[in-house]
Amino acid sequence: MILGRVVGSLWATRKPESLAQRKLLLVRPHASYRLSSGLDQIVAVDTLDAGVGDDVVVCIGSPARWSLGSGNLPLDAAVMAIVDRVELDAG
Amino acid sequence: MRLARVIGQVWGARQAEHLGGHRLLRLQPLALPLTTPDGLAEQRAPLRAEQLAARGELLVAVDGLGAGPGELVLVAHGSRCRDLTVGDDVPTKEVVIAIVDDAEINARVLRPGEGAR
Repeated sequence: MILGRVVGSLWATRKPESLAQRKLLLVRPHASYRLSSGLDQIVAVDTLDAGVGDDVVVCIGSPARWSLGSGNLPLDAAVMAIVDRVELDAG
Repeated sequence: MRLARVIGQVWGARQAEHLGGHRLLRLQPLALPLTTPDGLAEQRAPLRAEQLAARGELLVAVDGLGAGPGELVLVAHGSRCRDLTVGDDVPTKEVVIAIVDDAEINARVLRPGEGAR
């Protein structure tokens, strides 16, 4: 999972039927989270109504599908939580 | 998924038969705007996706949706996504799962102090 900030929204009509009505958010991972793709952007399906500016936890791979309740969704990232507060251990 | 732009297509006279005639697209991921020390992108107004630079290494993905040159797509990684779209006999782990009609990126909410990679 990664922590990131929602920086945009995407709309796509040409996609599998199983992804219809699914909200797509563009998330920029926070600096300390490196994506395996090495990119500074990831697009995640959102079901929690996160908005631009929210910090979110994004799960990647099969957990993303399970978090949406079905293994039959062709996606690899989903918003799992909207973050209110992060406590950093000063230790 | 990754947001990328179609910058070409790959043809191979001799292709693995399992590609089953699916198109191979050359894609380049889009990069979010660089941020200034005060955390704001150079542009302060929201950006349209076409204003985003394509940067980063190229990738090749199998396309079952018919994306054209210059179009924005979402690329999903993994065999499960492949199985559910182009089929489990296609030898790839990168598939185009959506063609993006529109995207709006709010440059103002990028993290403070995020320097260029």
